[in-house]
Amino acid sequence: MLVSMNWLQQYVDLDSYSADELADLITKGGIEVETVEQLNKGISGVVIGHVLSCEQHPDADKLNICRVDIGEEEPVQIICGAANIAAGQYVAVAKVGAVLPGNFKIKKAKLRGEASHGMICSLQELGIESKLVHKEYADGIFVFSDDVTPGEDALHYLNLNDEILELGLTPNRADAMNMIGVAYEVGAVLNRSIELPSPELVRSEENAQDYVSVQIENEDDNPYYGATVIKNVTIASSPQWLINRLVSAGIRPINNVVDITNYVLLEYGQPLHAFDYDRFGSKEVVIRRAAEGEKIVTLDDTERTLSSDHLVITNGSKPVAVAGVMGGADSEVQQNTTTILLEAAYFDSKLVRKASKDLGLRSDSSARFEKGIDRNRVIGASERAAQLIQEIAGGTVLKGTAEQGDRTVEGKEVSIEVTRINQVLGTEISETEVAAIFERLQFSYQNFGGTFTVQVPPRRPDITISEDLIEEVGRLYGYDNVPATLPITESTPGQLSDYQKKRRRVRRALEGAGLYQTVTYSLTSPSKRVFFSNETTDAIRLAMPMSEERSELRTSLLPHLLEVAQYNKNRQLENLAFYETASVFLPEGELPKEQEHLAGVVSGLWQEHLWQKEKKPVDFFVVKGILEELAVEFGVEDRLTFARADEPKLHPGRTAAVHLDDELIGYIGQLHPEVEKELDLSETYVFEINLEALLKADVDHLKYKKLPRFPSVTRDVALVVNESLEAGQVKRVIEEAGGAKLVEINLFDVYQGEHLEEGKKSLAFSLRYYNPEQTLTEEEVKKAHDRVLTAVEEQFGAALRS
Amino acid sequence: MQERLQTLKEEALSQIEKASSMKEVQDIRVAYLGKKGPITEISKGMGKLSAEERPKMGQLVNEIRTAISDQLEAKVNGLEKAAVEERLKKETIDISLPGRPIKRGNHHPLTRVIEEIEDLFLGMGFSIAEGPEVETDYYNFEALNLPKDHPARDMQDSFYITEETLLRTHTSPMQARTMEKLNGEGPVKIIVPGKVYRRDTDDATHSHQFMQIEGLMVGENVRMSDLKGVLQSFAKKMFGDEREIRLRPSFFPFTEPSVEMDISCFICSGNGCSVCKGTGWIEILGGGMVHPNVLRMSGFDPEKVTGFAFGMGPERIAMLKYGIDDIRHFYTNDSRFIKQFNTL
Repeated sequence: MLVSMNWLQQYVDLDSYSADELADLITKGGIEVETVEQLNKGISGVVIGHVLSCEQHPDADKLNICRVDIGEEEPVQIICGAANIAAGQYVAVAKVGAVLPGNFKIKKAKLRGEASHGMICSLQELGIESKLVHKEYADGIFVFSDDVTPGEDALHYLNLNDEILELGLTPNRADAMNMIGVAYEVGAVLNRSIELPSPELVRSEENAQDYVSVQIENEDDNPYYGATVIKNVTIASSPQWLINRLVSAGIRPINNVVDITNYVLLEYGQPLHAFDYDRFGSKEVVIRRAAEGEKIVTLDDTERTLSSDHLVITNGSKPVAVAGVMGGADSEVQQNTTTILLEAAYFDSKLVRKASKDLGLRSDSSARFEKGIDRNRVIGASERAAQLIQEIAGGTVLKGTAEQGDRTVEGKEVSIEVTRINQVLGTEISETEVAAIFERLQFSYQNFGGTFTVQVPPRRPDITISEDLIEEVGRLYGYDNVPATLPITESTPGQLSDYQKKRRRVRRALEGAGLYQTVTYSLTSPSKRVFFSNETTDAIRLAMPMSEERSELRTSLLPHLLEVAQYNKNRQLENLAFYETASVFLPEGELPKEQEHLAGVVSGLWQEHLWQKEKKPVDFFVVKGILEELAVEFGVEDRLTFARADEPKLHPGRTAAVHLDDELIGYIGQLHPEVEKELDLSETYVFEINLEALLKADVDHLKYKKLPRFPSVTRDVALVVNESLEAGQVKRVIEEAGGAKLVEINLFDVYQGEHLEEGKKSLAFSLRYYNPEQTLTEEEVKKAHDRVLTAVEEQFGAALRS
Repeated sequence: MQERLQTLKEEALSQIEKASSMKEVQDIRVAYLGKKGPITEISKGMGKLSAEERPKMGQLVNEIRTAISDQLEAKVNGLEKAAVEERLKKETIDISLPGRPIKRGNHHPLTRVIEEIEDLFLGMGFSIAEGPEVETDYYNFEALNLPKDHPARDMQDSFYITEETLLRTHTSPMQARTMEKLNGEGPVKIIVPGKVYRRDTDDATHSHQFMQIEGLMVGENVRMSDLKGVLQSFAKKMFGDEREIRLRPSFFPFTEPSVEMDISCFICSGNGCSVCKGTGWIEILGGGMVHPNVLRMSGFDPEKVTGFAFGMGPERIAMLKYGIDDIRHFYTNDSRFIKQFNTL
């Protein structure tokens, strides 16, 4: 809502408040003033000029030499190129020395040999937006229609000295979508009285009811409809003051009748519609639901197809308007219109909203109906418009109104105790102060011992319960005056849940390992929804996606993490280490199952120290090490296992399934080289696991283990085995065979090549034996170690490397 | 004999003086103090001396022995020390060379901001509730006093999956979910961080996915002044002790009265700048007193308890706090962006 300071001044005395000060007060009062705009964009030296003569320039077809009276002793000569310039016109002249928007300075000039002392201006040159300029002057200079005096300040006549407050209205404050509503609000905020228009109408002897009848099929859809008939109207341009008002509110002037209905819409918040009576097509107005598929061509010359969800105004046979949204083209007011049927009605807000939405048509009218207008202002607005049409367009207003429905409704009663107000706000506002606030709001009330019963006027439909009154009192009392306290309720321990604590540890562990956290989108394309072959084929898809790229909920985090890798790689950032923890969405019942996953992607160099020439590229074991470290962190290092696996998007020889106990919780591996190529990534390793499984695993409490009291004994052993044998298998056998005294097994060398038989490899383990009861004897160690050697020989034919 | 000894001593000391290696020192030791050395020879010949002369001579021999061996020892120490010094000199490094980088990642800036806010509210006795990102229409709207056809639903156009389920448009559904479980027994003190989704085209200031932190406190005698106090602590913690807050009336369907909170601009301290658009105030979050319908629907009696709720956007807070100019940075994950958030 755009509010002109000059216009508002008509209803409330704004003296002593600058636009900025007023904006601040209105904002604090509850309606946010988003901007304060000066209509004068730095203009000076523009006056009214009277074009005394206008002749064609001898050396230029398109230029005219004008003599213009600008209120100085002598007329000045101005060269003007506008097509619509003519002698006798009153125009806006930028004198020599004038400044136009954009700091454009007017100087003396010579145009094709002829001197020019100034410039005759178009409205656009004065800073008015093209879309607000009347079509007549859209391509030329502006011509005043009023009585004006040469030499006077043109800005004043064009209202360019005005300032505009832009209100950001929340949905509950539709009452401020009109000047009268704003006047009530500003009056309350400033604690000043307001003065509202009281239209006085002279009506003719003829009766409107003889010209038209009104019939509403269902008063729930349309509680009130009134039609006023105005004869002998002359359609013409509006006077400048009316044009100025519309322009200040961002509405383009069209003709006097349309402008008046728009003006009253802005002033009263009551949408009105003027039909050309002679082209209405009948003498009856019937308001009903549209038939399925019924059609109407609206004012914007578009054919619309309606349904029974839409309310229409008809002439008894066919629709002439979509109620509250837009009129029809057939009965539109035109240049030759002489009799007007003026509609002032109250339509159900939901029906207007539905029609506006279905037809994709939002108008100033529908915007107001949707949010609810003041039922008690319908008649006033209608009279106001009739009065203005009479004054400006020379109409004769017929007696009476053809109507159906109740003209007014009773306001609602809402009660509130002063103690309750203070209890909720934490304040100590007195009864007198509360009473004063209701008076400022112009709410009538009764006060019985601190309980106020308020008659809420219908212009404020947002106030329905006592809390709404607390807000009214609070906002006018001023939230600045509410103290800042700390709650006095019983104390509660504030702590993270076990899961939340663990998740924070996961982040710290991964970041400690060198990975950077990312956050990516949950919505993705069908092709990026999944990554692994065991993921569900049932997509959770948006009913109406904005794009295919964001149409489904992901079941894997990796595709977006790989996008991140790709993005960075494309910017020469080659050493990548990212992780993300986020939910994936798995179909299940009404709501999906949301499972938190952890995924990571690493590529490029893992360790790098330039001047020491150290460069360690990322490999499978980097990623595996990260997961192993996490397993240690969460006490499941003995329960987390890796098994060779096949995944189409991963390298067939470098992929492992990750199990926690017997449950498959994810995968790690190298991206399949084909996928790497497709994404233009170098060797890249990834992992993704079900984080919830890891964090929710039952584990024992941390318990201290006694420090060793006796020395341990270490034996190294190098075993020659088939190259296809996995070290993990050998380790498991050693572990079993070694018994309780074998406490640590470390693989310290893997060798293949010279001095070894083809197809064989050597695995070197360091085995540590320990007895917590006493110092180990050579005997004990030998016994255990021999068991190990025997077992690996029996199981794998492993020979000791010589 | 006495003279001979003196000469020997001088000879020996002068040779020691000149010696420059351990080997030379060793040779001198053998030459003078060894079994076949001249001093030993002299000692052996002492039997020929008179009983008077013998102890005198003996003492002199010992003195000379001691003098030579002390000097030898001193020389050894000196040489050793020089050798060590020589070695250390060779081991000298260029300490201006860059150190070995410690490999370490860091939080995404949104996590950083969220954890900071979480910790602040944990300290005030709030716990952290988390809920589903796909919600029912009931929890997302209806239980928050937004019945179907409510005009305020326009304010947050949503991603529906079915008619009854959608991506949550705020983390407020956890208000109802948390309260329902408590069967009307307070107090409730939670904050709810999480992802939310709205039908917006991504640009510098809009994102179809973003974070929200909802706060809720319900109990006997929870007042708007408490909301103001709690939010003041929050503002000072996040943006500095000098920050003032102001509450402005606003509208949300789930609170009544509703407020928006501004903080005094931390760039210009209220004098007016581009960040606060010349007003001296920056809008940070919305909140208010929980609407009685919301309490009632979740099983609390609005006659007995009151509550406050607020909701804030970690992106906005991070953008303000760190001067980030484009919301898309949070979701593009340029490593040069994320790595900037590794310091205090």
